[in-house]
Amino acid sequence: MMPGVSMDNPVAARSRGFSPGRIVLYLILGLFCLYYLLPLYVMAVNSVKPLSEITSGGMMSLPDEWTLAPWRAAWSQAQVGVEATGLRPYFMNSILMVVPAVALSTIMGALNGYVLTKWAFRGSTVLFGLLLFGCFIPFQMVLIPMARMLGLMGLAGSVAGLVFVHVVYGIGFSTLYFRNYYAAFPTELVRAAQIDGAGFFRIFWRILLPSSGPIAVVCIIWQFTNIWNDFLFGASFSDFDSQPMTVALNNLVQSSTGVREYNVHFAGAIMAALPTLLVYIVAGRFFVRGLMAGSVKG
Amino acid sequence: MGFLDITRATKSYGALKVLHETDISVEEGEFLVLVGPSGCGKSTLLNMIAGLEEVTSGDIAIRGRSMKGVKPADRNIAMVFQSYALYPNMSVRGNISFGMEMHGIARPERERRIAEVAELLQIGQLLDRKPGQLSGGQRQRVAMGRALVREPDVFLFDEPLSNLDAKLRVDMRTEIKKLHQKLGTTIIYVTHDQIEALTLSTRIAVMYDGHVQQLGTPREIYDNPANMFVAGFMGSPSMNLFPARVVAGRDGPAAEIVLAGGGSAQLPFAQGRMTDQVGREIVLGIRPEAITDRDGADRNSRAVHEVEALVEITEPAGSDTFVATQIGGRDVTGRLRADVQVAAGQRFSFAFNMEKAVAFDPRTERRIG
Ligand SMILES: Nc1ncnc2c1ncn2[C@@H]1O[C@H](COP(=O)(O)OP(=O)(O)OP(=O)(O)O)[C@@H](O)[C@H]1O
Ligand SMILES: [Mg+2]
Repeated sequence: MMPGVSMDNPVAARSRGFSPGRIVLYLILGLFCLYYLLPLYVMAVNSVKPLSEITSGGMMSLPDEWTLAPWRAAWSQAQVGVEATGLRPYFMNSILMVVPAVALSTIMGALNGYVLTKWAFRGSTVLFGLLLFGCFIPFQMVLIPMARMLGLMGLAGSVAGLVFVHVVYGIGFSTLYFRNYYAAFPTELVRAAQIDGAGFFRIFWRILLPSSGPIAVVCIIWQFTNIWNDFLFGASFSDFDSQPMTVALNNLVQSSTGVREYNVHFAGAIMAALPTLLVYIVAGRFFVRGLMAGSVKG
Repeated sequence: MGFLDITRATKSYGALKVLHETDISVEEGEFLVLVGPSGCGKSTLLNMIAGLEEVTSGDIAIRGRSMKGVKPADRNIAMVFQSYALYPNMSVRGNISFGMEMHGIARPERERRIAEVAELLQIGQLLDRKPGQLSGGQRQRVAMGRALVREPDVFLFDEPLSNLDAKLRVDMRTEIKKLHQKLGTTIIYVTHDQIEALTLSTRIAVMYDGHVQQLGTPREIYDNPANMFVAGFMGSPSMNLFPARVVAGRDGPAAEIVLAGGGSAQLPFAQGRMTDQVGREIVLGIRPEAITDRDGADRNSRAVHEVEALVEITEPAGSDTFVATQIGGRDVTGRLRADVQVAAGQRFSFAFNMEKAVAFDPRTERRIG
């Protein structure tokens, strides 16, 4: 007992007392925090003030007159490209793109990881190597071949085409995640399930997937953030009616039919960022846990 | 033909042969233990029987039916793994019931069998817990329960006790033995613990380096090891093995041994043994319990001979005292009664029970007599 007690004491003392060094440390950290939050602050305050307040030089101050008009405008009235539809239809495009793309790439990554670790076959290591290689091919290199492929498949300029592109690009990463996670999953469990009479898919659904929560969260956050924020593929492979949010936001900011409505732009930018933020806040707890899983036993 | 026949079965991974031609025939109700050091191919052979590893050549048949191409689930076997392999996401009840569910057994029947094994293994109060909330011993029971409900033709155990602490291991060993006596189901059991092998089995296959070195009852393996590996591996402390020469003694052949300090002595073999081996160099094997003090020697033996030798170390172990000396340059341990007065550095008269002595060829390491 004694060593335990004496071990605890210094820790307790340190966390209770506030030495000058600690105060300085917290001050510095607090300053960093403010510095990083500044852009968000600027976006937020300027999205709820009338344009006149911004143009008269009050970028940093709180609004004199609070208004949600810029948000409404950005959502449903602003000129995006040629029509005054607001960002709403493009937001929907992004949702229609990101949900199936994340779901498909995650499920296929999980299946790949399962096969590569528990049903390894001749050449499976090479295949995994190739998939990994796919992760690191720069986007720009695949643009032209991909455009040609989409054309041949009749998916050019459609949301389905974007889903396809993102799934193909996402599989490399999702496979990497799941393969490494399942490599640490005891093979004896799979063998026990085989003896119990479960087949390939049954073992996957009943034994592996229920234990894959942390890595699935990591994979989903990663894919969601990447696909939602993607601009290059969206700009390259979509038509006016299939553009994702990122491209539409760009068009909103670029379409200069008169004065630049900064407050509307700020509102639109926050809208574009909200879903990833939301996913991260809801699932972020598991993110760190998932990244750590496998590296630490237990 | 037996109940489970392994016929000329081999296993290779590419060019690497990990199991050489193996023939074992198991009768119904037998408790066969595969024992050997790490990496000798025990698990491989067990997994081949389970159908988890393919047989490279040869065949395995259960109840006369070849298992070639038969899936593990259709072999009517159940297996207990070293790590227990309990499904972490399912409750104990779910774990036990999963296999029955996969085999299409109706719910009421599943419930009935779960209740039955829960009673048998005393895990009734654990049924709704997750494996993560169980102790090692409890997990072990659940793993057994999962195997038992299947009511298989053959139970396969792969080192089921090696993750338990020493005390629990002994308890569970007894329970497994009781269970076998009660159910009478054929069991094939892998372990690297020779004591487990000797206490549990009706027959033992001692394996080394991908070969079955000897197949026999515990008594046969213990008393009549087929080679020096089996002699040294089975029994604890292990059999003393030391060089000797067969000479013609007064009453027939004797083993001439070199004692510590340069002297030599003769140990006459039991009546009628080694008669055609005079002049040959051998390795003599005698278990510690056949090297005793005079009064501790086996009274039924007619071949007890005393030799005085220098005591190097004494190790009191409660019920016995183990005493080491040197013969032919090798450490040799004798097992004396606890109250014998003996100290290191003294000369002591050891009684060798030559009825229990075995001889090996030093080159081939095979048994010669
Ligand atoms: N997939 C594999 N590829 C190549 N060699 C293998 C493979 N699996 C097992 N081996 C080799 O086969 C030999 C026998 O392995 P096995 O697992 O049967 O040993 P074991 O007797 O069960 O040992 P332990 O007591 O350590 O469990 C070992 O030398 C091992 O390295
Ligand atoms: Mg093994």
